[in-house]
Amino acid sequence: MDRMLNLDTILTVITIWVGIGVIALVAPRRTRFIAHALFPASALLSLALGALAIHGLFAPPQATILGLGLPGLPFHWRIDSLSAFFLAVIGVASAGTSIFSAGYLRKGEGTAPGLQCLQYHVFLAAMALVVLADDAYSFMVAWETMALSSYFLVMANARVASIRSAGYLYLLLAHIGAIAVLLCFGVLQASTGDFTFANLRAQQLPPFWASIAFLLAVIGFGAKAGIVPLHVWLPEAHPAAPSPVSALMSGVMLKTAVYGLLRVAFDLLHIQIAWWGALLLGLGLLTAMFGVVFTTVQTDMKRLLAFSSIENLGLVFVGTGLALMFRTYGMQALSALALTATLFHVAAHALFKTLLFLATGSVLHATGERNLGKLGGLIRTMPWVAWLGLIGALAASGLPPLAGFVSEWLLLQTFLFTTHLPTSFLNMLVPVVAAAVALVAALSAYAMVKFFGVIFLGQPREEKLRHSRDASRCERIGLAWLAAGCVMLGLFPIHAIDGIDRVTRLLVGFGLGPTVHANGWLLLAPTSIQRASYSPVIFLLVLAASTAFTAIAARIVYHGRLRRVPAWDCGYPFQTARMQDTSEGFGQPIRQIFESFFRMHRDLPSPFDARPRYRVVVEDHFWYWIYQPVQALVERVARLAGRVQQGRISIYLLYSFLTLLMMLLLMGR
Amino acid sequence: MIALLTQAINLFAAILLILAFAMITQRRILNLVHLFTAQGLTLVAATLDVGYLTAQHSLYVSAAFAFALKVVVLPTLLHRLTDRLQVRFDVEPLLNTPVTMLIGILLVAFAFDLASPIAALSASIARATLGIALASVLLSFLMMITRAKAVPQVIGFLSMENSLFFAATAATNGMPMLVELGIALDALMAFLIGGVFMFQIREQFDSLDIRHLERLREE
Amino acid sequence: MLVSPYAFLAQVVQFLVALAAAPLLTGWINQWRAWLQNKTAPSLLQPYYVLHKLFQKEAVAAENASPLFRATPYVVFGCMALACGIVPAVSTDLPLAPAADAIALVGLFALARVFISLAAMDVGTAFGTLGARREMLIGFLAEPALLMALFCASLITSSTSLSAIVNKMAHSQFQLYPSMAFAGVAFTIVSLAENARVPVDNPATHLELTMVHEALVLEYSARHLALLEWAASLKLFAYSCIGLALFFPYGVAQADAPLAMLISLPALGLKLAVGGFALALIETVSAKLRIFRVPEFLAVAFVLAVIGLLVHGLLGA
Repeated sequence: MDRMLNLDTILTVITIWVGIGVIALVAPRRTRFIAHALFPASALLSLALGALAIHGLFAPPQATILGLGLPGLPFHWRIDSLSAFFLAVIGVASAGTSIFSAGYLRKGEGTAPGLQCLQYHVFLAAMALVVLADDAYSFMVAWETMALSSYFLVMANARVASIRSAGYLYLLLAHIGAIAVLLCFGVLQASTGDFTFANLRAQQLPPFWASIAFLLAVIGFGAKAGIVPLHVWLPEAHPAAPSPVSALMSGVMLKTAVYGLLRVAFDLLHIQIAWWGALLLGLGLLTAMFGVVFTTVQTDMKRLLAFSSIENLGLVFVGTGLALMFRTYGMQALSALALTATLFHVAAHALFKTLLFLATGSVLHATGERNLGKLGGLIRTMPWVAWLGLIGALAASGLPPLAGFVSEWLLLQTFLFTTHLPTSFLNMLVPVVAAAVALVAALSAYAMVKFFGVIFLGQPREEKLRHSRDASRCERIGLAWLAAGCVMLGLFPIHAIDGIDRVTRLLVGFGLGPTVHANGWLLLAPTSIQRASYSPVIFLLVLAASTAFTAIAARIVYHGRLRRVPAWDCGYPFQTARMQDTSEGFGQPIRQIFESFFRMHRDLPSPFDARPRYRVVVEDHFWYWIYQPVQALVERVARLAGRVQQGRISIYLLYSFLTLLMMLLLMGR
Repeated sequence: MIALLTQAINLFAAILLILAFAMITQRRILNLVHLFTAQGLTLVAATLDVGYLTAQHSLYVSAAFAFALKVVVLPTLLHRLTDRLQVRFDVEPLLNTPVTMLIGILLVAFAFDLASPIAALSASIARATLGIALASVLLSFLMMITRAKAVPQVIGFLSMENSLFFAATAATNGMPMLVELGIALDALMAFLIGGVFMFQIREQFDSLDIRHLERLREE
Repeated sequence: MLVSPYAFLAQVVQFLVALAAAPLLTGWINQWRAWLQNKTAPSLLQPYYVLHKLFQKEAVAAENASPLFRATPYVVFGCMALACGIVPAVSTDLPLAPAADAIALVGLFALARVFISLAAMDVGTAFGTLGARREMLIGFLAEPALLMALFCASLITSSTSLSAIVNKMAHSQFQLYPSMAFAGVAFTIVSLAENARVPVDNPATHLELTMVHEALVLEYSARHLALLEWAASLKLFAYSCIGLALFFPYGVAQADAPLAMLISLPALGLKLAVGGFALALIETVSAKLRIFRVPEFLAVAFVLAVIGLLVHGLLGA
């Protein structure tokens, strides 16, 4: 009986989620009730879901069929290690977001709170159902529900025109992706008519059709994950949505796309071809470089984080591509190592990106500003948000001993093992890719220093910032939960790798669990201690010990006196807060070095201007290279098709008449 | 000792590649001449090494010849030329440095990939370095393309000849003496003619910027 | 995990030698810089006198400095001390070595760099943010270049643990590695950049607009400044020891041989003396680069390190 209990319990939890959303509909404007009763309940359910998912990670797979849906096409649900891993990520990240929303929800921001609560919970339920789906039909239903509910959430403040256009672009690209995914499933079922995953797994497609299916999966799931060139919706939609929604979209929804790609590429397709891995590698690298360079030049704090998500998803695709490539050549251990790095990064990114978005939500509510040029010095008035945000920023930069470093460490270890690939071209490619990944990681540290330094450090750039208040209690709990997650994941990676071991065994047939276990819980050594090892706990302990020892020793041997004085002004006493670096200024060196990545337009002042102005607009090349021509083409075709509609009744009757004649002719033959 | 000398060949090849790369990024013309001299010395050392290991005495003569030409004569001539033309710095190259270096990496990877099957056919002791020599040739060519003044272009051409010399040593344990003499004489001639041209260009345009040559186009 | 007493002794000796000798190395380099420029040199122990003087002073902080500003000198010092404890300068039998390998070492330097950049941005003056921006600009290219140079060594010895690298390189047959030639040039360039040496940054400058490292510590005084100066010396010591470990790893004591430290300590001293002289020589003959030529300079290091990896793939050495 315990066997069926897990999956049924999970489905029950999901149903209660939707139930909470429906309850909120009863009294849509009662913000207090929704914020203080419903959202915390939802957070507890997320925790329960996370716990059940972790339990499901170590248990054998379970499946069930729900009679809902169309007759003859019931919903199949299944939980195996891959689903359980992503479900755990969803549970943990959404717990923090829900409890944060309990403190964040306010009256008067567009849509009624009750309606927002319903959309939020439907969104959560849809994401959980996507990873539990066991046939293409339920997958697509859940996928579309996810897209639609998130669209409504993004449009929460639909009075603003830019938010409306952002939402529309999001919906458009989500549907282009969904069509590609649908076609992919269509190819996979190879005219058997049975869309269950079990059947799709059993199909032995010829290499040509398998490649078509893979390409469709890359397009479809890549559009959702924000891979270049299908990324244009991400920097628009994430800033437009309310912060908890942005956090969920960036931290969790993008991961469902990774789940989809892993499911199709490793599980449903029975063969792998070498160039698939190279394609993913190239796309991922391009996306990562593009994302990180754009991150460093942004002036809107949420756009900055959106581009950072693009970069991290690029790195995830690089890892997936490597795993695929190794699997093609039969190098199972290396494939498992690359996949472990990828999945660890998925978990770490879910935690720190959600944390960072929620921190920006607090800042936005406290100051009303999203523009980096109008923030500054918030560490004094908002210490909780600042210090917890610092943990998120350090994790996002990939610094030891936090979570972001472990995935980078594992990925770089994978590169070091790869000197024996069969093709010499790939052998040459791998060091270049490793160097590019290291460069991306270093640039992301640059971007995070800019993000944290401009918002929280320095002097306030506007007067009203001195009156900002710190986050409320529920918000603090949410932020602290996620920050603790970043720290714990970074300090105890062995336990996470234990769980990931189950997933890699499922996908590539090998797992790092036994090797990692053999070296104890303190030391992370994927192959052997001689080869490479890293111990975050000892690292942190020694660092903390030497820091504390130095502080105490200095005070004992000498003294600990401190005096406060004005800052150093180099003899110029009229310093204002405007004389510190703006966000454009901090990013200017990178903008200059990587000029060819941007489409830049600058208005420089001349010495003869009475009121000199400086204006720089940094845009995305892909918009002008791909989207505008496509839009122009679509408009032309639409115009041509529009000629059919003449507006005169006699013409329309003529069309019906012609059709009737045609049918009679065909019937007559 | 023998093992050390065999490894030294690879080391000299690596130094040659480093120097070729350094030449791409250098702006001061005097530094370019020094790097070219260093290349010549590396070449001489490598040739002596291969000659000792394979006991081919013609390579000793080759090395002496290379020393005389590439380390003594040509650098002296280049010094005199830069003095008389009064050039110090190159202007901004046609492609900025990061992009040039990126193209350089791709050329190196391409040359390595290309050379691996060819190296398997060679019987020379230095066959593993064929890829490196090929990469140096391509990098010197790249340097010639992306420079905007005449003297660095000539130095690029000479450096290409150096790399070809090394490639020949790597592939076939040195070329036949007659071919070598012919090539060396060609290089010397090209250099002298190049020098004459430089004075002509300077007289005509008052500058050695080769973009001025575009003005000679028929409109 | 029981630690053998010899290993514990080696670790303690390593820490003490690093903490005590780092300012001495800085003093030696300053002496040679002065002598090469035909000036009278300060005493060899001058950095110690400076540290003692600074510790005694009363600390002064800006009115709006946050706890991050006050904590950073201790954190940075702790990072550099840990870095010195990991690099096998005196012995390869260090208990801390399995805790952090080459990649974690680079991450440690990055952690220190991020903290000091944030502290520089904390007070909110133009100089601090200028220094932070320049430091991150140098760091974003130097860090991957260092990583790739370390990878060249890792590929040869099939390990990223620095102790294992030194063990294999020092105690196997002497061999010339072409990829290490590339890594050597790249490492030299990165060390010059990361330790704020000419041609990237002049450590003795007093003009704010030319500062990189100095601008970061502009607001600090007394014990905070002393700790940051000491941390800078420790960083230079660590980089020198990494360079010696990669390129001249001979004479380092191995496991269970405590008496070998009697040889390795003087050997280290000699190697550092020669290295310090070489650094002073490079500083004297180079001119400081314009700030926007620095990324090009570091890009050369990066590209050379990558080509070193490619050469290893080609030649197998």
